[in-house]
Amino acid sequence: MLDPEQLSSTLAERLRVLLASRGITAPALIGIRSGGAWIAARLQAALDLPGEPGTLDISFYRDDFSRVGLDPQVRPSQIPFDIDARDIVLVDDVLHTGRTIRAALNEIFDYGRPRSVVLAVLVERDGRELPVQADVAATRLTLGADEYVRLDGPNPLSLTIQKRP
Amino acid sequence: MTPAMIQLSADGRLQHFLTIEGLQRKHLIEILDTAETLSGVAERRVKKVPTLHGKTVVNLFFENSTRTRTTFELAAKRLSADVLNVNIATSSTNKGETLLDTIRNIEAMQVDMFVVRHAVSGAAEFIARHVAPHIAVLNAGDGRHAHPTQAMLDMMTIRRHKGEFANLRVAIVGDVLHSRVARSNIHALNVLGTGEVRIVGPKTLLPADAEGLGVHVYHDLAHGLRDVDVVIMLRLQRERMSGALLPSAAEYFQQYGLTEERLALAAPDAIVLHPGPINRGVEMDSAVVDGPRAVILEQVTNGIAVRMAVMSIVLGNRAHPQEDFA
Repeated sequence: MLDPEQLSSTLAERLRVLLASRGITAPALIGIRSGGAWIAARLQAALDLPGEPGTLDISFYRDDFSRVGLDPQVRPSQIPFDIDARDIVLVDDVLHTGRTIRAALNEIFDYGRPRSVVLAVLVERDGRELPVQADVAATRLTLGADEYVRLDGPNPLSLTIQKRP
Repeated sequence: MTPAMIQLSADGRLQHFLTIEGLQRKHLIEILDTAETLSGVAERRVKKVPTLHGKTVVNLFFENSTRTRTTFELAAKRLSADVLNVNIATSSTNKGETLLDTIRNIEAMQVDMFVVRHAVSGAAEFIARHVAPHIAVLNAGDGRHAHPTQAMLDMMTIRRHKGEFANLRVAIVGDVLHSRVARSNIHALNVLGTGEVRIVGPKTLLPADAEGLGVHVYHDLAHGLRDVDVVIMLRLQRERMSGALLPSAAEYFQQYGLTEERLALAAPDAIVLHPGPINRGVEMDSAVVDGPRAVILEQVTNGIAVRMAVMSIVLGNRAHPQEDFA
């Protein structure tokens, strides 16, 4: 059921339809590190877009710094294009609480003012804590409170449902 | 002075940043890597991240230093902290208030971090031992003892140009004896496993226990510069020239001033650092200061990223991780 390559293809197809319906011909993809960046690379190829997708590391934008501190693995965000007036596709592997997406939107706006942003995720699960929804998702899951979705990669991708200890 | 173990938590994480002594390679690498990540913030339209939003940083300067205070202030602001500058040199200690009373008063304003500059060695550690437990203290220079963020911005500048420290020869030139920058740099270079660290200067301006610091001592600049990859010039304080330690600025420059001819003795791609402010024509010839080997302005830029890194790491390590991660 959870074949991440198959889900990526499904996501690409649904995204293509969404962008066409909105008349967006030159979208710019931005993946959230790390899982979202892996998916963004696949979408970039599947949609036959030129150049490289952007990568966001939202570590400095998290809302739980006072509780968990700084992620020692933080790396630079890389946005190799001008965001101003672009139609952005924000890509993540799993949409859960919505907090990561809030942080990512805040960071995107520190680079410029996009014309629009759509959210594309591989897995949309339950557990939202903020008013954030995906525009396209490859699949939807309802999980137990102690369960989470884990994406390993980038080659090969492996998607599993795990239980918190 | 013993290494300030108070700066590490029980599980070995930075709680304050007082000195390089007692830190391990992993601590320094974490600061350098985080600084590299944060250096990109200054190239964006909004030169700010929200990491320290709602935190208050107090620059507590008992000794004037416009440049250091400015870069700490910018670092805190680019992390979205609020900044209060308290210049004690012109403030209440002149009115008879004790240092601890001053600290207690500012503590009562519910602040999160002190950045301390003081002419007395050990002042930052003293304050760290006496502040409320939730307050982090960063040393912005204490007497002759330490200036650890300056050392880290020098390390960042060196690493950007030269990569691995193990292959490097580094010469520190000038008044090493009175220099907190030199002491912190020597410790940092050694922790990072630098191939060879040299100190170069007249006998009167080099520490007597130099060999114990893990450095090679040179009194002749030409010998000391031969084949080095990095030259760290130190500022010569004017009061040294009026004292008995040195004959005159002109004579000092003749023997220890860095000129293009002398720099030619170093490796062909050697870089030149200086912590500023520069005495042109005393430590260095203007042609070197303005020449292609000088990376002095890069040091200033890197100093902001390094101070952002230290602030976010130290306050991040004070987070309370008892709750969930989701």
